[in-house]
Amino acid sequence: MSRNKRAVAEAVARGDREPEPLELYRQMLLIRRFEEAVQRLFQRGEVHGTTHLYSGQEAGAVGVCSVLREGDRVAGTYRGHGHALALGVDPQALMDELLGRATGVCAGRAGSMNIVDLAHGLIGCFGIVGGSIAAATGAALALERQGLDNVAVAFFGEGTANQAYFAECLNFAQVLRLPVVFVCENNRYMEFTPIEDVTAGSIRARAEVLGLLATTVDGMDVRAVRAAAATAVEHARSGAGPAFVETLTYRFVGHSRSDPGHYRKPGELDEMLERDPLKIARAWLLDSGEASEEELDAAEAWAAARIDEVTERALAAPFPAPDAGAREYKESFAA
Amino acid sequence: MSEIEFRDAIKQALDEELARDERVVFFGEDVAAAGGVFAVTGGLQEAHGPRRVFDTPISELAIAGAAFGAAVTGLRPVVEIMFGDFLHLPMDSLVNQSAKYWFISNEQASVPLVVRSAVGAGGRFGAIHSQMPVPWFQGVPGIKIVCPATPRDAKGLLKAAIRDDNPVLFLEHKRLYSMKGPAGEPGEVLPIGKAEVVRPGDDLTIATAMKSVHDALAAAEELQGDGVSAEVVDLKTLRPLDLATVRESVVRTNRLLVVEEGPHTGGWSGAVLGQLAEDALEHLDDVWRLTTADAPIPYSPPLEDAFLPTAERIVASVRERLGLAAPSNPVTSTV
Repeated sequence: MSRNKRAVAEAVARGDREPEPLELYRQMLLIRRFEEAVQRLFQRGEVHGTTHLYSGQEAGAVGVCSVLREGDRVAGTYRGHGHALALGVDPQALMDELLGRATGVCAGRAGSMNIVDLAHGLIGCFGIVGGSIAAATGAALALERQGLDNVAVAFFGEGTANQAYFAECLNFAQVLRLPVVFVCENNRYMEFTPIEDVTAGSIRARAEVLGLLATTVDGMDVRAVRAAAATAVEHARSGAGPAFVETLTYRFVGHSRSDPGHYRKPGELDEMLERDPLKIARAWLLDSGEASEEELDAAEAWAAARIDEVTERALAAPFPAPDAGAREYKESFAA
Repeated sequence: MSEIEFRDAIKQALDEELARDERVVFFGEDVAAAGGVFAVTGGLQEAHGPRRVFDTPISELAIAGAAFGAAVTGLRPVVEIMFGDFLHLPMDSLVNQSAKYWFISNEQASVPLVVRSAVGAGGRFGAIHSQMPVPWFQGVPGIKIVCPATPRDAKGLLKAAIRDDNPVLFLEHKRLYSMKGPAGEPGEVLPIGKAEVVRPGDDLTIATAMKSVHDALAAAEELQGDGVSAEVVDLKTLRPLDLATVRESVVRTNRLLVVEEGPHTGGWSGAVLGQLAEDALEHLDDVWRLTTADAPIPYSPPLEDAFLPTAERIVASVRERLGLAAPSNPVTSTV
């Protein structure tokens, strides 16, 4: 966590202050500008392989991570840049990683789909659908067994509900009463396929029938996500067992770099762009008097400038030496 | 020196490491209250409590995934996957999470976990409860594969596996559980990745692992009557392979037979032969393998007996290869 974010989290933990609403907006802006830059850099051939952008889903990661404390753990997905940035991972280190540079958060070993930053509580972003669920379940086991007052959070897409990790780990976590929150980011499409075409029944019901505290929330509204996450995290932190939050969201870009999104229903993208989490947050901040036009404009200028700087520096960062060590094992032994 | 049964050696190793390091936890299907389907782990839950030794659902992916998440969050989990034949179920977590994490995270954290599993044929369990899973994991960098043949090694190597900072697959041959042998020194920890010459000889090296070590020793005894002096190398660890010990042996004997209980195609015996051909061709007069057929393992006793690389088949194979006539008294296996 960044110093600023940690201070906010600690204040929330003490119950004496809500986080600065403008800060939530700034984080979402930073993610959006970051993803736009990744898109441009991909088209220039600077980001390699494939990449999955979080544009449109920012309220999910920002809302959920805003209620976490120092020591909590998060497992994200291959669409994980937003999860990382919402946790306070340095955007420079993240961008350097995407460009395969030695200064990347994993020194260029991981790439877009596999980011790890334990110093910020990010156990990892997992390139295999469902991997985040297992990682968070295990982290919660460790946190609980160590007697810590911490929770683990798994982010995953709605397509994961049809995967073995989901079925096995939700049950596993519930029978062991583990402090884990499962956050299902339902962006309507399992890669290129509408989720309802391949999914029987309700996803939330699958969690409910196991006895998890389960809720569905507007994933485009950071306030709503934050409120639902606060309830879920408190449930898990209190020792009552795992909780489940489904965020109804939408990605404004293709599944991955090769996807033009032909499967979208006519008019759907335009309709959802009207529900852009940035627009919703901006309107809320203005209407409630939490922020002025000038402050919001300043936040936008800050995010744009920050990402321009990050981009410029990343392009100048050194690549790893070709022989930069592929050691197979850690050469050490528990004391 | 006192004698100990193979299964008790494993239980002692678990018991001692649970007592020694509070970060060690042990879980799996039927391992705690019931004491394990092969009666290996009885009493551990009573000794160490239900928070550290506990039963899980039949959810191999959740078991391995939770072990991974817990391992990167401060625990040192030992899990049991009841039969080696079930190891494909948690394979995603083992291969894509545990094996790669230390590398792709740029060494932020290693994954200290042990997966114990009962393997091997000869117990009339049929085609899908008798397999040897080594080849499935042989090509996965980051995992260690430990394959003990004796009670002393089972205990000393399991203790080493639990203390190792890397993921270790610890394979227990079902036909060895009831075998008795000399116990090691109290508290003995043996090195992973070291093979041992368990019978010296001059004319031929037989390299093998697990139950086949005992078959090779019986065969070597029989071959002594033919005037053939066979050296037997117990590999003990199949990843990483200790090829230096095998090379040192074949430099003296100039002949190498690798005995692998497993299919002829894609197994570790081919890796041993291939590497020695690269490294020591000038010392090799003859090299060959004795494996099982490229076919599923049969159930019926006469079919299964004929399928396995028994002492009789080892002796016959050596005689054929060396152009020796068979004597009238065939050898029988000791295990």
